[in-house]
Amino acid sequence: MLDFPLWKKLWLWGLTLAAAVLALPSLFNVSGLDWPSALPNPQVNLGLDLAGGSHLLLEARAADVRVQRLENMEENVRQLMRNAKPRIRIGDVSTGEGRMSFMLESPADIDRARGLIEPLMQGVNLTREWDLSVVDGQRIVLAPTSAGIDTALDDAMESATEVVRRRIDELGTREPTIIRQGDTRIVVQVPGLEDPEALKNLLGQTAQLEFKMVDLNALPENVQAGVAPAGSEIFPYAPGTPQAGQFEAVRRLGGIRGDSLTGAQAGVDPTSNQNVVNITFDAQGGAKFAKLTTENVGKPFAIILDGQVLSAPNINEPIIGGRAQISGSFTPESANNLAISLRSGALPVPLTVVEERTVGPDLGADSIRRGLLAMAVGSIAVIVLMVASYGRFGIYSTIALVFNVLMLLGIMALGNFTLTLPGIAGFVITIGAAVDANVLINERIREERARGRKVIAAVETGYKEASRAIWDANITNFIAGVALFAFGSGPVKGFAVVLVVGLFTSVFTSMVLTRMWVAGWLRKARPADIHI
Amino acid sequence: MKLLKLVPDNTNIKFLKLRVPFFVVSIVLIVGSWAAVLVNGLNFGVDFAGGQEVRITFEEREVAPIPSLRELVGGLGYGEPVVQEFGGPNAVSIRVALPEGTEDTPGAATAIGAKVIAAITEEYPDARTDGNDTVSGKVAGEFRNSAILALLAAMAAVSVYIWVRFEWQFGVGAMFALVHDVSVTLGLFALTQMEFSLQIVAAILAIIGYSLNDTIVVYDRIRENLKKYRKMPLPELLDLSVNETLARTIMTSLTLFVALIPLLIFGPPSLFGMVAAITAGLFIGTYSSVYMAGPLLIWMGVTSNSFVPQETAMDRQEKIARGEV
Repeated sequence: MLDFPLWKKLWLWGLTLAAAVLALPSLFNVSGLDWPSALPNPQVNLGLDLAGGSHLLLEARAADVRVQRLENMEENVRQLMRNAKPRIRIGDVSTGEGRMSFMLESPADIDRARGLIEPLMQGVNLTREWDLSVVDGQRIVLAPTSAGIDTALDDAMESATEVVRRRIDELGTREPTIIRQGDTRIVVQVPGLEDPEALKNLLGQTAQLEFKMVDLNALPENVQAGVAPAGSEIFPYAPGTPQAGQFEAVRRLGGIRGDSLTGAQAGVDPTSNQNVVNITFDAQGGAKFAKLTTENVGKPFAIILDGQVLSAPNINEPIIGGRAQISGSFTPESANNLAISLRSGALPVPLTVVEERTVGPDLGADSIRRGLLAMAVGSIAVIVLMVASYGRFGIYSTIALVFNVLMLLGIMALGNFTLTLPGIAGFVITIGAAVDANVLINERIREERARGRKVIAAVETGYKEASRAIWDANITNFIAGVALFAFGSGPVKGFAVVLVVGLFTSVFTSMVLTRMWVAGWLRKARPADIHI
Repeated sequence: MKLLKLVPDNTNIKFLKLRVPFFVVSIVLIVGSWAAVLVNGLNFGVDFAGGQEVRITFEEREVAPIPSLRELVGGLGYGEPVVQEFGGPNAVSIRVALPEGTEDTPGAATAIGAKVIAAITEEYPDARTDGNDTVSGKVAGEFRNSAILALLAAMAAVSVYIWVRFEWQFGVGAMFALVHDVSVTLGLFALTQMEFSLQIVAAILAIIGYSLNDTIVVYDRIRENLKKYRKMPLPELLDLSVNETLARTIMTSLTLFVALIPLLIFGPPSLFGMVAAITAGLFIGTYSSVYMAGPLLIWMGVTSNSFVPQETAMDRQEKIARGEV
């Protein structure tokens, strides 16, 4: 037990010093000194609760994705039937109750219609995404399969995550973290953010831009009462526009979506002096837009953003250059926000902030300062207690404690772990509990000496007999640590990481290192009695 | 140099003489704690109740205008806010619960948070937002479920480990000790009405890990003594084991205690509740190591045979065959 050959000593010291050296850059950083940039620079990440920043949990409603999918299917089916040669006439189209159904005017078209629609039922990887059934020989019902809904939701979340990333990049913040979580959620973490409200506004905007023709046949009193004529739908004007509180009826079909943009810039219209957003369509979108405006010169069309009408200007002349200007009573900020959102693409599904944690940079810095102070005072108290109780053996425990803290910090830096506010409490607990092993060992040595064992035998028995309980205690702590890690979100996970890594380092320093030092001393000094 | 000895050598305190009264006290503590939790309820923070909590520092004021803040935020129509000093006389935390009927509206908490901050910064230009937490009703519900699950799973897993390493009686004893520690900590939070948050659950999980350390040391010694003194009556043997390990129990709790106290005094105000919970758990855990974990062993009938391999019928036949019996 007390035999430490040179190779073993070298390798233990090497491990200890290597881990401790890894802690230096983080220590320099915290104390405000400059770490030479030529050297490797592993750092402990500071959590948002210490560094300051915003954590947002965004959630999409799965129901929205389903509704949208049905609407897309309706558009596709209508287009297919219209373009079929000869044209297949359909009617009584409905998209309620999670399915889409329509009637064929002539039952004779049934096989042709099926043949055309069938390719839409299959996903990219040949999974069945829709079920097609025929009722009464004349009505076709399309219902999404659960695999189809899953794929749709997954695709929507995948591209929503990408859009969120692009939008946050536009803000120019450093090192944002954007991760999908579960089926319908996205976690966004942005360190050191100046204005969390701006971020939330930006992510809260779906930015679904639509251009739809105003239904001029709708009776104004019906529109205000919310009754839409057949083939039309009603949207409210956006708050802040001159017509806020009023409604507009637009044709459901035949409009175009603004999701094929190549650019969007905020600007000021030179004639009206209003804030506007200038958009540029891609080639395909530009062609559609040209067609729409050419066919409808002199008529008003509504510019609709996320289900609210921004404005409904008249089409004075065909717009064929693929460029358009959106006006809608913007402030400079809201114009800029909309431009960013449009540039980065529309969110395929609206996102809502369901959890927010924001910490200002001052509070974080204050927490670190107070935490370090408490840690220093606590360490001194533990050291005094240990040295007063166990003399030389207490000094060994103290040195082990210092290496323990350094190794813990070093391993956290190496593993790129995050230190959070509860993590500071984890450090303090580790300091207070790491010496427990030494207490158990030293008390056992005391006991063995009292029973009359010789020094070497007492020390050997002390380490051996105490190790069983130390081992068991650390395993129960480890189990609790795993539960903590599984349970916690960011800050609590940081606590768990410190506790669990601290278990490993403290078992190493308090059992292995102190034994090496005690053995070295016994070998050299050969004391007949020990003071413990 | 004379070394400090907090516990004299060879103590002989008859801890287990009072095992019945103390056990009754423990049971009363557990029942009382649950009664407090049921009657007073836990003061759930935004993590578990949903809603929003904002921390504000007034940079150009000595003292935060708490009464006017209460009026201002109360006037927004989301119900009565909880406004209290937080970390200094010019800093406050303001908590607004989710108004009735908005538990299922995903964005409600965030919208309220934005309104509260806007109202305060408009009224007080020197107000600096130090922190803002908003949690929707659904997320808060998920936190509640996962907290309960984590606590139960940790208690069960730790007890099973003790059972595997020792004997089933020790596993049951450990589980009772854990139920005691967790219950009494919860009871303290119900009595003091300190805010109960995710951090507090984290603290209780840490207590589940650490409060058994002392129990394990005592159990380990009981096992050792059971093998050593085959004929000693169990209560006497338990007393011996507790006394022999008393210095350890006190010292290990004390080192953690002296490390935690500075954190409680100088540490960040946002950690106070968590550190207070761990410190309380430390005492509760030490008590239960002596008075819950031990006596239960007597009543569950641990004997020295528990750790000596039983002679099986096969062994016996072999012995007969060898002519030893």
